[in-house]
Amino acid sequence: MVRTIEATRPISESIPTPPKIKVSLKINGDLKQLQIAPWTSLLDLLRDTLDLTGTKKGCDHGQCGACTVLVDGRRVNSCLTLAVMKDGSEVTTIEGLMADGKLHALQQAFIDHDAFQCGYCTPGQICSAAGLLAEGKAHTAEEIRELMSGNICRCGAYPNIVAAIQQAMSAMGGNS
Amino acid sequence: MAAYIGTPTSRIDGHAKVTGAAKYAAEFNAPGLAHASLVTSTITKGRIAKIDASEAMRVAGVIDVITHKNRPTMASRDKAYKDDVAAEGSPYRPLYDDEIKFNGQPVAVVVAADADIARFAASLVRVEYIEDPFVTDLLEQRDTAHEVERPSRPRGDAEAAFAAAEVRHEADYFIPTEYHNPMELFATTVTWEGDGKLTVYDKTQGVQNVQRYLVSVFGMKPDDLKVVSPYVGGAFGSGLRPQFQVALAVIAARALERSVRLVLTRPQMYGLSYRPATIEHLALGAKALGPLEAVMHEAIAQTSEYEDFNRNDVAWADQLYKCGNTRYSHKLAKLDVSTPSDMRAPGAASGVYALECAMDELAVALKMDPLQLRFVTYSDREQNADRPYSSKKLRECYRQGAAAFGWEKRNPEPRSMRDGSELVGWGMATGVWEALQMPLTVRIVMTANGHAEVSSATSDIGTGTYTIMAQVAADMLGLPIDNVSIKLGDSTLSESPVEGGSWLAASVANSIATTAEAIRKTLLGVTKTMPDSPLADAKPKDVMLADGKIVSKKDASRAIPIADVMRAGKLDRIDQKAAAPVKDDGKYARNTHSAVFVEVRVDEQIGVIRVTRVVSAAAAGRILNTKTAHSQLLGGVVWGIGMALHEETLTDHRFGRIMNANLGEYHMPVNADIYDINCFFVDEPDATINPMGIKGVGEIGIVGVAAAIANAVYHATGKRVRDLPITIDKLRRD
Repeated sequence: MVRTIEATRPISESIPTPPKIKVSLKINGDLKQLQIAPWTSLLDLLRDTLDLTGTKKGCDHGQCGACTVLVDGRRVNSCLTLAVMKDGSEVTTIEGLMADGKLHALQQAFIDHDAFQCGYCTPGQICSAAGLLAEGKAHTAEEIRELMSGNICRCGAYPNIVAAIQQAMSAMGGNS
Repeated sequence: MAAYIGTPTSRIDGHAKVTGAAKYAAEFNAPGLAHASLVTSTITKGRIAKIDASEAMRVAGVIDVITHKNRPTMASRDKAYKDDVAAEGSPYRPLYDDEIKFNGQPVAVVVAADADIARFAASLVRVEYIEDPFVTDLLEQRDTAHEVERPSRPRGDAEAAFAAAEVRHEADYFIPTEYHNPMELFATTVTWEGDGKLTVYDKTQGVQNVQRYLVSVFGMKPDDLKVVSPYVGGAFGSGLRPQFQVALAVIAARALERSVRLVLTRPQMYGLSYRPATIEHLALGAKALGPLEAVMHEAIAQTSEYEDFNRNDVAWADQLYKCGNTRYSHKLAKLDVSTPSDMRAPGAASGVYALECAMDELAVALKMDPLQLRFVTYSDREQNADRPYSSKKLRECYRQGAAAFGWEKRNPEPRSMRDGSELVGWGMATGVWEALQMPLTVRIVMTANGHAEVSSATSDIGTGTYTIMAQVAADMLGLPIDNVSIKLGDSTLSESPVEGGSWLAASVANSIATTAEAIRKTLLGVTKTMPDSPLADAKPKDVMLADGKIVSKKDASRAIPIADVMRAGKLDRIDQKAAAPVKDDGKYARNTHSAVFVEVRVDEQIGVIRVTRVVSAAAAGRILNTKTAHSQLLGGVVWGIGMALHEETLTDHRFGRIMNANLGEYHMPVNADIYDINCFFVDEPDATINPMGIKGVGEIGIVGVAAAIANAVYHATGKRVRDLPITIDKLRRD
C-alpha cells in the first residue's frame, strides 16, 4: 500500500495526552481502583474500559438520557460526568439492578408492559425510573411523564413506560 | 394449533434488553481493538486540496490517519457499490477520492489506541478545500425538478374534471427533511480474525445486504467476511442500505490489519440518510354532495446529485377514494446533499399527509363532516389496476375508531370547542400502506430432545422479530415456546431480505410454516416404518405437531410422541430449510389501512399545541402478537406527533450545513408530549394474501397521524398550517 501522507512521527515531538489520575469507584458493589484520564467521561469508562456496555451512548451531549446511571443513588447523565469527578462515589448501572438473580421490579414491569422496542434507551429509562422512585416526587402519570422527559425513546414506547413505572411503584409499595 | 400466535406474548429478548445483556454493534470486543474517529467535510461541494494530518499523527497513541490518499484498494466501478436497496444513480463511495458531494462527508479516519485520543487527534487534522458553488434549498430549486417514472397511470381527464368541478381545493403542502435518529449511534466493530478474515458487527437492517456490499467494494471472498447484528438500537429505515461507517471501519481494519471500532457522533449521523423534504401539490375537485370528480397529486422531493431516491408519495388516492379522473406526478430536485432514504412509511407518510389534509379542506369547502366525506368517496376497489383488495376493513376502522373517540359529538365549526384557556380541536385522517411478502428462507433444526432452533439472516430492529418467530415456530412444531431458540442477524444464516416495508412478519412467518411442514412430512414418513403406527394411513395434511407429538387432526388419540418417531428413524435431529412461495398474480390489491382520530388543545394566548387524545384503528390482517403489534402502532402514532409538531431539519443554505444536527435542537417527542393514545386492530381475516393472512404493522401506525393532527389544529384554531411542523410562530402568521 502506498502511503502518501507526509507526516512522520518523531517521538521527541509527540503531543502528550493528559496523565491519568487515580480514582476509586464502587461500581455495582465492586470497589474498583482505576487510573483514568481526566477527559474520560463516566460513560466511556463504563463502556470502553470496564465493558459495562448496558449503559448506552445516544448523543454524548446530555440530550437523550440513554446513558443514565445512578451515582450515590441519584440519576445522572454519565456522558456529562467526568469519571475523575466521582472519586469515592457509588455507581449503579443496569447491570447492578438485579438482586439475588431476580429482576428489579422495574425491569420486570418494563417486560410486562412492552415498555421498549429496540431496547437501546431501556437501561437509561430503567435507571432513570429507579432514580425517580427514590426521589419520591412522582405521584401521578402526569408527573411521571414530566420527570421522565429527559429520557428519549425514539420507538415511542412512552405510554408503556409510564404504565411500567406505575406497576413498579405499586409493587414496591408506594413511590418513596 | 395456536397456543402462541395471536397472544400478547412478552418479548423473548426482553430479559436481555432490560438487564443490559443485549449487545449492539459498538459493544463487541476484540484483543488489540483500535478506535476510529471521523473528520468530516465542512464544505458542501468541491474538492479536497490538502489534508495535513501531521499534528494528529504526533498525538501519543495515534496509530494512523487514513484518507482517500492512503486507503486500501476499493472497487472502481459503480456497480460494486450498489446494494440491494440502492437508488438509481452512482452511489457515494466513502473515502474514495477528493470529491466532496455533501456537507458532513467523511474525509479522514483517525485511528488510535483509545477513543478519547482518536477524537482529540481528529480535531487536529487540517483540511483545505477548493469550494464549488452548490444548491441545498428545495424551495429554491423547485423548478429544476425532473419527472420520475411512476407506474400509476392517469385515468380520465383530471384537469378538465377539476376545472368543471362544483367545489375545488388546491394547495401546496410541505414536509421538511426529517431524520430517523434511532437512539443507537451508527457504529461498526470489525474484528480482524487473521488471514484478512473479518467479522463485522454492524448496525443494520440487512446483514446479507451489508455483507455483499463489503465483499464487492473490497474485492473479498464471500467466506472471508461475515456481518453480525443480533440487536439493533432502532433504525426505521436508516439501516436498510450499508451506511458509511461500515465501509470506513472496514477500510481502517484492512489498512491496519487489526480490529477497529468506529462509532459515529450524533451530528455525523446527519450525513447519513433521511426523509427528503417534499412539496406536495394537491388539487381535488368534487360534486356538491361529495363524490370526487378529480384528484391531482404532484410531489416535488429533494434527492442528491448522485442518486435519484423516490417512493410512492402520490398514488395513494387510488387505494382510498373513488374517482374517475386522476393524475399523479413525482418530481425530483437534485441538491448537493446526501441521498435520502426510506424512513418509516416512506412516500406514504408524506404523500398521505398532504392528501388527507386536502380531503379535510375539501370537506370544509363542501360543508360536510370529514368522516362522512370518507364514506361518500370510499372505494372497494383499487382503481389504478381496477381490482379488488385481498381484504379492506377500512370502513370498520372508521366506525370503530369514531365510536371509541366519540366523533359524533364534534361541533363542525372551527374554534367552537374550548376548555378554559385552551381551544379544543378534533380532526381525523386515513392511513394506508402496502402489505408485501418477500422470498425468505428459514432453517429449522429439531432435535430428539424436543428443542428447535429456528434461524434466518433477518433482523429485529425492535419490531419484535425474535418473538414472532418463536411464537409461530412453537405453534407449528407443537412445542412450548421456551423450547424454541431463534437465531437472526448473522449473514451466514439462510437467505433473508433486508427488514423493511412491513414485509418481514409475513415473509418469515409463512416460511417458518413451510419449513415446519417439511419437518412434519419427514416425521410422518418415519411413522410409516413404525410397527402398528396409528398414523399408518394418514396423509401430511391430516396430521399436525402438537404437545410434542405428531397427531391426527381428526382424532387426537391417534398420536405418537415426536421423540419416539425420531428414535425409530434413528434421527438425532431433523434439519430442514425452506422458503414459502411468494405468490402475487396481481389479481388483488394488498394493503393495510387505518383511521386516526385526534384531539388537540391549543393555548389561545401562547399557541402551545398538545395532542391530548389519539384513537388509531388499524386493519392489518392477522396479528401475530397483540402486545408487540400494539407497540408498533403506538410508536407510529408517536412518530406522527413528532412529524406534525416537532421534527424539522434546518439548513443554513449559505453554507449548505445543517444547523440543528443534534438531539437537543432536532426536536422529537418526549414523554411529556404524549398523552392518551388508544390503538387497536379491527378484525381482518384474509385468506388470500398469504397462507397465514399476515399483512405487517411497522409502517401503518404513522400514516395519516400528522394529517389528523393538522386537521384538528385547524378545527381548534381556524388556522390552516400546511407546512410541517406546526409550530407556534406559524399559528401567528397572516
